Order: sequence, then C-alpha cells, then structure tokens
Amino acid sequence: MSSEIRFTDFKSDKQPTWCPGCGDFGTMNGMMKALAETGNDPDNTFVVAGIGCSGKIGTYMHSYALHGVHGRALPVGTGVKIARPDIEVMVAGGDGDGYSIGAGHFVHAVRRNVDMTYVVMDNRIYGLTKGQASPTSREDFETATTPEGPKQPPVNPHALALASGATFIAQSFSSDALRHQEIVQEAVEHDGFGFVNVYSPCVTFNDVDTYDYFRDSLVDLKEEDHDPTDREAAKDVILDQNKEYQGVVYKDEDSVPYHEQHGVDEDMSIIPDGAPEGATDLVREFY
Amino acid sequence: MAADFNWAIGGEAGDGIDSTGKIFAQALSRAGRHVFTSKDFASRIRGGYTAYKVRTSVDKVQSVVDRLDVLIALTPRTIEENLDELHDGSVIIYDGERTTMQDVEIPGEMVGLDVPLKRLAEEAGGAIMRNVVALGAACEVTNFPIENLDSALEKRFKDKGQQLVDNNMEAARAGQSYVEEEYDHAFDYDLDTTDEDYVLLNGDQAIGMGAIAAGCRFYAGYPITPATDVMTYLKGRIEQFGGHVIQAEDELSAINMALGAARGGARSMTATSGPGIDLMTETFGLIATSETPLVICNVMRSGPSTGMPTKQEQGDLNHMLYGGHGEIPRFVLAPTTIAECFWKTVEAFNLAEKYQIPVYLTADLSMAVTEQTFTPDTFDMDEVEIDRGFVVDEADIDGHLSESGGFQPHEITEDGISPRAFPGTSGGAHMSTGLEHDEQGRRTEDTDMRVEQVDKRNRKVETAKEREDWSPREFGDPEADNLVITWGSNEGALAEALEFLDDEGIDLRVLSVPYIFPRPDLSDAVEAAENVVVVECNETGQFADIVEHDVLERVDRVNKYTGVRFNADELAAEIEATLAEGAEA
Repeated sequence: MSSEIRFTDFKSDKQPTWCPGCGDFGTMNGMMKALAETGNDPDNTFVVAGIGCSGKIGTYMHSYALHGVHGRALPVGTGVKIARPDIEVMVAGGDGDGYSIGAGHFVHAVRRNVDMTYVVMDNRIYGLTKGQASPTSREDFETATTPEGPKQPPVNPHALALASGATFIAQSFSSDALRHQEIVQEAVEHDGFGFVNVYSPCVTFNDVDTYDYFRDSLVDLKEEDHDPTDREAAKDVILDQNKEYQGVVYKDEDSVPYHEQHGVDEDMSIIPDGAPEGATDLVREFY
Repeated sequence: MAADFNWAIGGEAGDGIDSTGKIFAQALSRAGRHVFTSKDFASRIRGGYTAYKVRTSVDKVQSVVDRLDVLIALTPRTIEENLDELHDGSVIIYDGERTTMQDVEIPGEMVGLDVPLKRLAEEAGGAIMRNVVALGAACEVTNFPIENLDSALEKRFKDKGQQLVDNNMEAARAGQSYVEEEYDHAFDYDLDTTDEDYVLLNGDQAIGMGAIAAGCRFYAGYPITPATDVMTYLKGRIEQFGGHVIQAEDELSAINMALGAARGGARSMTATSGPGIDLMTETFGLIATSETPLVICNVMRSGPSTGMPTKQEQGDLNHMLYGGHGEIPRFVLAPTTIAECFWKTVEAFNLAEKYQIPVYLTADLSMAVTEQTFTPDTFDMDEVEIDRGFVVDEADIDGHLSESGGFQPHEITEDGISPRAFPGTSGGAHMSTGLEHDEQGRRTEDTDMRVEQVDKRNRKVETAKEREDWSPREFGDPEADNLVITWGSNEGALAEALEFLDDEGIDLRVLSVPYIFPRPDLSDAVEAAENVVVVECNETGQFADIVEHDVLERVDRVNKYTGVRFNADELAAEIEATLAEGAEA
C-alpha cells in the first residue's frame, strides 16, 4: 500500500489558518513528505500536537491525531508509541510548547529514547497570543511583555537534548524544502527519539528572525565536513553561539530505543474477552 | 461473633515494624483466621513512632477497635502511644536489655514479658531477627501453633534461601521457648485455627489485580503516598500479561502518557493522590471532551496541599465531581471494601470504554494500606467480564463516515455513544482534540454543533443511568426509622458499629454507596426515614451536601451554552416560557 501513498494523502480538507507566508506551511509539507517517503500512510500514523500555532497541525494533517493541552505532547506520544509499537508516531510543537511549559517533558522524553519523531516549529516568538517573547527569543528581543527584551539568554534546545542523552539531534529551515524533508525523514528513520528543531519564521510578529536572516546566516553541516556520529564535534557546533546551522548535528548509531530496552513489543489494544489466562495465579500469591 | 484478638508491634520507622506485622498477619491468615490490619505511620524514612496493628477472629473482621491485647514494644513511646488501648491483662513484650527499654515500667495490672530479643536473635544467626523472636514469644502467649508462623516466614524469605528461612524459624522458637521456660503464667489468650483458606491483601493491591484482570495493559504513574503501592504491585506482574508500567517525570506527564495509550486503543490507567489529582486536572477536560476511556485512580489522603500525607481523609469528592474548568461529565466510583476495590476496578474499565469517558476510581488511605482476609473465590477470575463498547473495525467503518468520507468519532447518536476506531484501522484516521469539534473531530465554533456535542456527551450519562446498575449496598434493618448513608471505606466500621448500636437498642438502616456519579436516587429512602445521618471522613460533609441536593425540589433553570451570551429579548422570552411551564405544573 505504501507505494501508492502520496504526501497529499496526509492533507486534511481543512484549510490552514496560519498567516500567509508562515514558516509552518513548509514545516508541515516536509513532515508529510517524510512520512510518505518512509512508507507510512494516514491510517498507521499518529500525530500529536500541543497548543499554539504549531498545535493546529493536527487539524491540517490527515492521520490519527491528538491535539492536546499545552506542553504535554511528548508524554502523549510516549503513551501512544508504547501501547502501539506498530504505529508511526510524530509529535509536533512550538518553541513555547516544547521549551517553556513542556521543557520538563522534553528532557525526559529525550532520556527515554522512545522511537518517535519530535518536530519543533521554532519561530522564537509566541504567535497565537500575538507576539510575546518565547524561550528561544533573543536576549534583547522587544515585545509588549518584554519592552526591553527578556534580558535572559535563550534556551539552547540542542544543548539541552545533548546533555539529556539524545540519540538524534537535527535542525532544519522550513523554507529549504528539500533539506528540511531530508532531515525530518532521517529523524523518522532513526531508531529512537528523532529530534528536529525547525526554524519556521513568524512573518507577523518576529521581524528579527526572518527568512532573510536565516537564509543569510545558515550553514549546512552537510557541506561542512561535520561527522554527526562524533559527540564531541556535535558539542562544539551546538555550543557555538554565533552559529546558525541546519543538518543532523548528532546521531548515535548504537541507539537502543525504549521498546527494546524494556522488551515492549505488543499491540496493547488487543485483549481477551475475560480475565487473561493465568490471572488466578495473582490471587494465589496472596495466600 | 467469636472473641476478637488485637495485637500490635510498634517502634521507630526503620525498625522493620511493617514487615514483622505483615508476617504475623500472614501467619494468622494461613491458620484460617480472619485478619484486619491497620498502620500508624509517619512520613519519615527513620525516626518517629510507627505501629502495625492486627485484629483477628475466626469470624469476619472488617474494622479496627480501640483495644490491644498483646503489644510488642520496641520503644518506650510505643507503650505511651497505646496506653488508652491497653487494659488489665494486656501483655507487653519488650527487650529489657535494650538501652532505651531498661527503665520501662509496665502499668497497672498489665503483664510485662521481658524477653532478650536481640540476644536470642544473635544466637539464632543475627540481631536483625529480633522482631521474629518477639513473634515467637507472641505465639507462646496466645497459644498459637508456631507452624503457622513458619509458613509465613517461608513465604517471606524463601527467595533469599533456605538458610535464612531456617534461621528465622529458629529465632521464633527461641522466643517461644524463652517465654515458656521463664514465665510460669497462664495467659488469657487462645488463638484457634480453622481449616479455611484465606488470601490477605490491601486495597492498592486489589486495585492493581483488578486492573490486570480487566485487561489494563498500560500504567503510567508518579510515586505518591498512598497510591504508590498500585504501581509497585503492577510492576513485575503486568508485564507477564503483555502490559507495561512507566514511571513518569510528574503527574502531568503520567496522565498524558495514559491518555496516549488509551488513544492507541489500550486499556490504560494512572493512580495518584490529591496533589497529583490537582496536576492531572489540567488534562482531565481534554480526556473527557475527546471522549477517551481512561481510569484515574485517586487514593485519597488528608489535604489540602501537602496536608497530612500519611493520614486518612475523604476530602476530594467535590474535586473529582467538579474539578476542571468548563463542564464535562465524568464517572466517579468509590469502592466500599477491599474486595470491591478489585471488582470496581474491573467495572471502571468497562464503564470507561462503554461510555468513552474518564472514570475516577477512588479509594482512600485507610483502605489502601489496610490488609484484610477474604476467601479466594471472592476474586473469581472466571466472573470477570470485558465489554469494550462501540469499537468499529475496517469491515464496519463505512457505516460511520461523513458525506465527505471522514470517520466520525463524535457521531451524534441517540444514546450519545459514538463509534471508536483504533489507530491502524483503515479508513478510521481522525483527530481528537480539546477544542469543541464536529462529528469528525474537527474544530468548530458553530453554535448548533456546539450544543449538539454538549448534549451528546451528557446523553451518555443518561444512557448509563438507564443501562447500568448503580445500586447502593444495603444492610441493617430495612424498616428502621434511622437511616445512615456512607460512601467509600467506612462500610466495614459501620457494619460493626451496627452490632454495638444493636446492644443499645438502636436500629439502623444502612446504605453504603459505591457510586458517586452517576449515583443511586436516595430520595425515597431519605423521605421515608425519620432521621438521616451521612457518615464520611471529612469536615464539610461533601456527600451529605449531595444527598441534600438530590432530595431538594429543583429550581427551574434557564441555560445557554452556545458560546454566545444572553440577549435581553431572548432572555425575556425564555423566562416567560419557563414561568408559564411552572404555572402549568
């Protein structure tokens, strides 16, 4: 069946209400193409989204999906994947959803290494609430709630991921459609937690981190002789504050995903009509 | 009722009180005696008074009483803490060679047995067995066949090797012989044995076992007293049935993991206590409005905030009924006995899936950590029935598609119950969301669809009221003028209180209610009674409020929930119509 699947099969009949020019269009297209290219179809795919502009993605994509509460998309994805190892799970969120209200879950999802993909649409701004500083906004980024800038350094999501034991860390740019799709696809294929931070510019509220800014400043690690299996090299790239990059920055080729670590491989939706065989032994234990 | 016997061991946290008490309870259970245990403990790793109490009889025991017949006191404070419960003829076993116990005075007509627990334990192989020496001494005092203690020791230690089992048996005999040889005293106690077989378990374990029996495959939780035992019970066991336990980073995560697994089609649950329920409430509305079946177990403890974490309270009733912003139906079940913890758990999973609704399953601390004996057939696994509700597979999905071909997980139906398709079902792809949605699960703010979806969700409750049995358990005198209503774990104490009151010539009709929502209609019973008393472990009487609410003559209501406020002319017309209806009636 997979050979017949086209990425447009992952499109729902709802028209996105993102602002014209929003980076999220490109981000979503790449996700759909990556899913189709990896042999998935809407009926075996589960997309989890949080709250914010990014959270709307579950509405615009066609698949099994849950549009959850703010910041908790990763735990939902974790539950889906453990219960259904046969289902492809993709979690989407924004920088606020993932690195502010959901930052605690991010660290632990990375540590668990559940075999799913996490795509963060990072526009360095709160868009849906009309332009407040986000955890990835620059220190001097002026908004209505931070008129003199947040005066605190932005979160470095890749550093957080690396420190938490990530097995796949990547970054892409929504308007570089081909590379974005390639990178997300590699995350989907990764055996473990595939994390992609996507620069997905907000054309309405962020006049600093614009398409032009990323086009001018981004370097592609693929063209830089970077070895993604080298953790030390990854660390150097990640901690270089003057560098905007795209590509796979770190990949652990020996990654052992959660379900292998814990011996979880059954489709948990299937259960018998009565108490499972052997349940009476549980009662005998209490003699 | 045959005479009951009350025994306790007390000392400092870290003294092995719990494990020793459990061994004695197990020995009694294996001797065919009924057992009911309780714990006094403080929330500390070490230090502080802690005690494990056992009430036993050859007849059923289902509560505690304020009386102690034999006390093993490892600290002077243990005696002080229990002075009110000790009586003339009570036996206190202690180790006079222990520095802190040298100057201990045995009050009044009580019998002090100074047994060198530590020294005898060392002779048997290690000081750590001193509590077992005390158990041996207790066997002698109560004329209880020590072979039953052997059997409990074997169960407790067999995984650690036969040598350890043998050493412990020797230690027990050392205690027994010491009392026999050193004290020429006829004790008042005689613990008979019977041929009955009993199992001994607590409420948390009953809930865990019920979950496995019900086909629960996924458990996510965060440790919290007194719900942690549910998780520790499941860990290591649920895996044998194809399930998994995951310890989340917090309760926010735990409930969202459980939600994810449920969306994946697994029977899924989490368990927590008050502070965790507060956090989980964030996600509660999403679970309910996305019509996801989920069992949320709340083992209540004393609140608010951190409150008294190791103390009993039934204070979360209102939170479970009304917690969360907006309005959304949920079921609330409150098992009234440890055995019911098992059966109500099974029922909670069936109700959750049949009505695609979150179910609060609530126990409380005293039931969670209390062990009680039951006959094994109380938990007859052949009686467990599984009903997964309205699940469609690929063959019947065509009947549930919209005109444009989309699956309709929130289809407007007469009984309010819509079809459910698990991921992987061809043609069933759909989104679930906390936004108000149309039949396909797509966001909508259409006023008509909003009302249709709200009504549909509420209709599920009406359907459940009609289709399921929500009866309370009734006992006492059905004709009595005095009606006592209770819920949750008070049933055992109330059942025994009946006997005390009977001696005083007071008759009671008792209704013990395991269903908080939906709940039985108690108005006829309340109207028929002269006096009505509602018993519950909280200050404000949350269930009493509900009972009063249910028997009130209802006010008429004008409601609007389209998402648009009242308009003046519309409101005038609504009020006029409502008043006219009232006049007709």
